[in-house]
Amino acid sequence: MKRKTFLERAAAVPHIVWMILFIVAPLLFVIYFAFTDASGKFSFSNIVNLSNYGNIFLMSVLFAFLATVICLLLGYPLAFFMSRLKPSTQRAVVLLLMLPMWISLLIRTYSLLALLDNGGLLNSLLQALNLPTVKIVGTPGAVILGMVYDFLPYMVLPIYTTLSKLDIRLFEAAEDLGCNGVKTLFKVALPLSKSGIISGITMVFVPSISTFYISQKLGGGRFDLIGDTIERQFLMNNNKNVGAAISLVMMILILISVAVMNKFGDDDGGELIV
Amino acid sequence: MEQTKIIDLKNISKSYNGETVLNDINLYIRDKEFVTLLGPSGCGKTTTLRIIGGFETPDTGDIYFDGVKINDVPPYKRNVNTVFQRYALFPHLNVFENVAFGLRVAKVKEKEIVKRVKETLELVNLKGFERRSVATLSGGQQQRVAIARALVNNPKVLLLDEPLAALDLKLRKDMQNELKALHERTGITFIYVTHDQEEALSMSDTIVVMANGKIQQIGTPTDIYNEPKNAFVADFIGESNILDGVMTEDFLAKFAGHEFKCLDKGFEKNEPVDIVVRPEDIDIVKAEEGMLKGTVTSVTFKGVHWEIIVDIQNFKWMIQTTDYCALGSVIGLSIDPDAIHVMKKSEYSDMFGAYSSYSDEFDELSVADSQPAEEVKEE
Repeated sequence: MKRKTFLERAAAVPHIVWMILFIVAPLLFVIYFAFTDASGKFSFSNIVNLSNYGNIFLMSVLFAFLATVICLLLGYPLAFFMSRLKPSTQRAVVLLLMLPMWISLLIRTYSLLALLDNGGLLNSLLQALNLPTVKIVGTPGAVILGMVYDFLPYMVLPIYTTLSKLDIRLFEAAEDLGCNGVKTLFKVALPLSKSGIISGITMVFVPSISTFYISQKLGGGRFDLIGDTIERQFLMNNNKNVGAAISLVMMILILISVAVMNKFGDDDGGELIV
Repeated sequence: MEQTKIIDLKNISKSYNGETVLNDINLYIRDKEFVTLLGPSGCGKTTTLRIIGGFETPDTGDIYFDGVKINDVPPYKRNVNTVFQRYALFPHLNVFENVAFGLRVAKVKEKEIVKRVKETLELVNLKGFERRSVATLSGGQQQRVAIARALVNNPKVLLLDEPLAALDLKLRKDMQNELKALHERTGITFIYVTHDQEEALSMSDTIVVMANGKIQQIGTPTDIYNEPKNAFVADFIGESNILDGVMTEDFLAKFAGHEFKCLDKGFEKNEPVDIVVRPEDIDIVKAEEGMLKGTVTSVTFKGVHWEIIVDIQNFKWMIQTTDYCALGSVIGLSIDPDAIHVMKKSEYSDMFGAYSSYSDEFDELSVADSQPAEEVKEE
């Protein structure tokens, strides 16, 4: 193997410093706090007491799971449809899909709140039409809607990328061998875009399970998800030890789920974002 | 022998973005026939095949399968199967599952699937490859899987789109023989697309020569070789010397400054024609005994024969002979009446000059094909 020149080594230094300061060090802090009590003594009590938060973990997983399933059901057909368009149209649709991603997630969530709030645009419109208003914000549906709205592009794009790289002749071959459109989708498109699906699921599930502002804003503060709990421990209860313990467990959960996903994707060596 | 028409194309035309790809194609294919669509790239042969497969719809014209119009029948309902260029095997399935694909879609019983896949893999010499991943196979093996995947469904017609183009020469020859044997054994109609004239000559019952979206000639390999209809066919199939000539009267053709006896008749008096003389049909004699006389300007050893270029009045004749002639020597040429083939003038008349070698002009023609609309309209 070619030896790296001094310049090549030097070029990596800023990044390595950055990683140590903002990724490795905070991780070590999290581990340190998770295994100490308020006075700084080593203790397992934080971890042991996590059982109190079991319901929160369960609800977070459930919400993230539902959001991921809905994203997949909405996103896959969209990605499939996009991959079959003319190249010029494809570029336009991809741009449309990416546009919202250039806006901060926080702002997008606030906009959604402005639309759906009790005094928001939707309800004002309904009132103006003399129709009964609907209460959306503060329901579980609103939280999941927020997750789907915020993270849908992360599902569509990897699937679309995988599908658009597939040889069109594979679809023709399936048709030639007796598949109609639906059978072609299930027998050829789905198995061959598995790596894209797994990337998409990972990229939607992970941010969904750790979000806090979506549940705070759209859930009207009624749903405590893991993210909210961690935030509260650090910022309000000033109990960084419990917060760190929850963070640590969540991180491990995410790592396990990503590892499981990778296992599925391994067969065809698909491109995975971890 | 009257065989039923399995496929009948009537007045098929097709254009993409205003560019004519197929111009009024009329062609029928008999049951159990091995038909080859032959022509340079861009001549419309693949489009014709895709229309039969159902992947393209003609702009005008009708297509009949066993007497039934199938213009609007989608590919999955047609009783034809395709062996695709570059195979298009399913990368997520192993060899067995690739071959079984069509049977599974048709919900054939598992027991029968196993039996038929096994038989078909044996037929294409891939016994024991069932569990292999298609990615680990060589080009020739992938080719066989693609053929098995199509054949296992017992189609009435098998469409083959340049199936051997990606293989090396030796393998290609072997596969040609195997395909021909498969055709005989299965009794399925084969429609084969290629730009390789030798492949077409050695495998087909019938060859359809195409150029610029039109059929130039339909015939048996010997017909196409010995009696080409125009300069394009003469040049594309085999090697030929194509000369300007005049039919002075029946059985008398004048070219290269000499009057030759020939076997052709039915032309008008003094009608300008194209003359084809195949390089292997020319006899070399002593200079003073020849009908024509010229200087040898090039001698190339080709293994089976010598390829000699003789300059006669600035026309370079190509001669294939087993007799060695020295470079620069003056020799005489003798041409028998049955070696001369007379063709009517066509739009291709002036495109092929002296000792047109297949490969050189094939390239030029492909380039010319990128703007074929003009020529097509002229007719």
